[in-house]
Amino acid sequence: MGIEDGKRRRGPRSAAHELERYSALFAARTERMRSSAIRDLMAITERPEVISLAGGLPDTSMFEPELFRSLMDGVSLDSLAAALQYGPTEGLQVVKECIVELMAGESMPVAADELLVTTGGQQAIDLVCKTLLDPGDIVIAEGPTYPGAVPAFCSYEAELIQIEMDADGMQIDVLEQTLERLAADGRRPKFIYTIPTFQNPAGVSMSLPRRRRLVDLARERELLVLEDNPYSMLRYDGEPLPTLRSLEVPRGSRDGGDFVIYTSTMSKILSPGIRVGWVVAPRPVLAKLNMGKQSTDLCSSPLAQYFAAAYFAGDWRTQIERFRECYRLRRDAMLEALATYLPEEASWTRPGGGLFVWVTLPDYIDTTDLLARALRENVAFVPGEAAYDDGRGHNAMRLNFSGSDEERIRAGVLRIGKIVGEQVALYRSLTTRQARPATPSDLTAETSLADVVSLPRRDQRAQARSREL
Amino acid sequence: MSRVAVLKGGRSLERQVSLSSGARVEDALERLGHEVVGIDVGADLLERLRDAAPEIAFIALHGAGGEDGTVQELLEVLDIPYTGSGVGACGRCSDKVLAKHALRDAGLPTPDWVAFSETALRELGAADALGAIVHRLEFPLVVKPASHGSALGVKFARSAADVPTALVAALSYDQKVLLERFVEGRELAVSLLAEPGGGLEALPIVEAIPRGERYDFAARYEIGRTTFECPAQLERSLAARAQEVALAASDVLGADGFARVDMILSADGEPQILELNPIPGLTETSLLPQAADAAGIDFDQLVERILDSARVRDPARRASSLG
Repeated sequence: MGIEDGKRRRGPRSAAHELERYSALFAARTERMRSSAIRDLMAITERPEVISLAGGLPDTSMFEPELFRSLMDGVSLDSLAAALQYGPTEGLQVVKECIVELMAGESMPVAADELLVTTGGQQAIDLVCKTLLDPGDIVIAEGPTYPGAVPAFCSYEAELIQIEMDADGMQIDVLEQTLERLAADGRRPKFIYTIPTFQNPAGVSMSLPRRRRLVDLARERELLVLEDNPYSMLRYDGEPLPTLRSLEVPRGSRDGGDFVIYTSTMSKILSPGIRVGWVVAPRPVLAKLNMGKQSTDLCSSPLAQYFAAAYFAGDWRTQIERFRECYRLRRDAMLEALATYLPEEASWTRPGGGLFVWVTLPDYIDTTDLLARALRENVAFVPGEAAYDDGRGHNAMRLNFSGSDEERIRAGVLRIGKIVGEQVALYRSLTTRQARPATPSDLTAETSLADVVSLPRRDQRAQARSREL
Repeated sequence: MSRVAVLKGGRSLERQVSLSSGARVEDALERLGHEVVGIDVGADLLERLRDAAPEIAFIALHGAGGEDGTVQELLEVLDIPYTGSGVGACGRCSDKVLAKHALRDAGLPTPDWVAFSETALRELGAADALGAIVHRLEFPLVVKPASHGSALGVKFARSAADVPTALVAALSYDQKVLLERFVEGRELAVSLLAEPGGGLEALPIVEAIPRGERYDFAARYEIGRTTFECPAQLERSLAARAQEVALAASDVLGADGFARVDMILSADGEPQILELNPIPGLTETSLLPQAADAAGIDFDQLVERILDSARVRDPARRASSLG
């Protein structure tokens, strides 16, 4: 009523503007919750004619309706009243037991009371931020990092520092230099956020020596590390690498870890729609996370948790094997299409698992602008800028291969290749005296992955540009 | 009371903004007692219009397709009256190069520019002439796609080294781009609204003020990094001059119903016209509703006036555009 009345209030300097009317009420942290050009462009990717390589979507159409029905029948026969009731904040015992088993399968001994069931892995990130971050605190993450984590850090008004990656993941020596530099100013990060295995968006994994180094560093400097591990079960080749958690807490150990907070999710091994994830943390941290969760949502959906428990009581390994088979073919199709259709100026990562390929284009191509062009060709991707908080990544893009079948992947990459080729040719014609068209060709040279992921600093880019002219 | 089709959404890059403009217009029309049919514009537009059989169409589309005369042309063919500018004015305004030529020919101030098409750059050796041309305009320059009213693809070039990259970006949005001399000054938006008796009146001026002390080009286009002041604190004579120039621009370009003229008030006190938006945003954060509010016109009254102007538009003029 006040607002309606306010609308009719007049003055020489009208309060006008509906947003302005509320602006005095907004918390300071909303200042950093920005709308972006990328988000507006993404709204168009939902058109059915658009081949979207943008999402991070598992292919939920592979889930058999019959399996779903029988799992839900089981829930309705065995635990209907409880499934429809509030649950404990820490999660249902039946689900926690499944999680203990899942983690044991990846060499991570854990007790049920060391973990908290969350509403997806995203909530685990949010709760860790809520529990640890004061405005102005420092968070360290990989560069590029998970685009969904950036807004979480921003909304708690953290300062995000991103450490370059190469084919072996986060460059730990750069991390150490950064920590030294911060220490010289009397500062230290609240935590280091990392996705060591099949990183989103870069599609690379942290090498074993670097994993050991990072865990040692955390111990030496008493730093918390938030290890986000949604993709390790989606491995298409190579041998599994130990998680940071398993390096900190070896098999047979009776002690929980001191410095690694571990989070994972059922989104990629069951379904993102059920929104079930979890976090394992040192007990004092876990107690705070639990309190943080109480005010957020009391508990994650018991209905979803019972469903998940029923799924993991059955033959879930076969289901994951099906996911793996399917996504491996799609990854191969994407890598082949990239080699066929992208001009030689482009480079990309070759993930051994997960859902994403990270493509780096010449510095003069801005992928947010390229997305506008791509949408005219009915194809979409995530511009690299979304994976940074500092403006880097402008010439990179994230491509997802799990959400589209091989035919659509090929068609999508063909379209992207065509427009990238056009822009390369255009740029050449603008910077050289005689124009010559770019010919998309096979990328035969073995590109060092280090060159693929690490992005040059701005000043270097500026120098490179002036050299080109 | 009328049966009004609200055309919104569409396939342009400004789809999101258009959906919120459209939703607000629908609410207002319902409060005003009209029968409202919202249409998200797609390939089935013709069919949807036939089914809806509106007496009048309220066009709340922004960007390509909706603001460039395409939908207007279709409505002419179907003989459905519609809000805002006609086909010709939309066409002129949505091409910044055509608009700037028309303004300059009429003696109105607009920053110096050079325009290129992608074909010219690629095939006619324009790239070779680029150095000489940008030298003539002097840096810094603003490089923009010729179409599109939003900030997408607009780049700032401090020196010749920035130009090729900026051109590649702008050409992602359009076949034609312009390089415009950057004018430093205060950024003003003059909203125009149909008067009950016909013709347009200028509403109070909105000034966009980038936050922070250092002048930041990116801030102009980032939500939350610019504050808007309405009415802008301007000397009366400067405000009057800005409004006069805006009305003259709308005359030259043939705008109708409502419009927003964006300009820079340079240090010498002369407003330099950047562009005329024939269908400015009507969202909660848009500038035209803010200007109307400052003039004592609430959103419902604003929508009613835009609708009325479409009803009374001279049928002869509409017919002549078909002849």
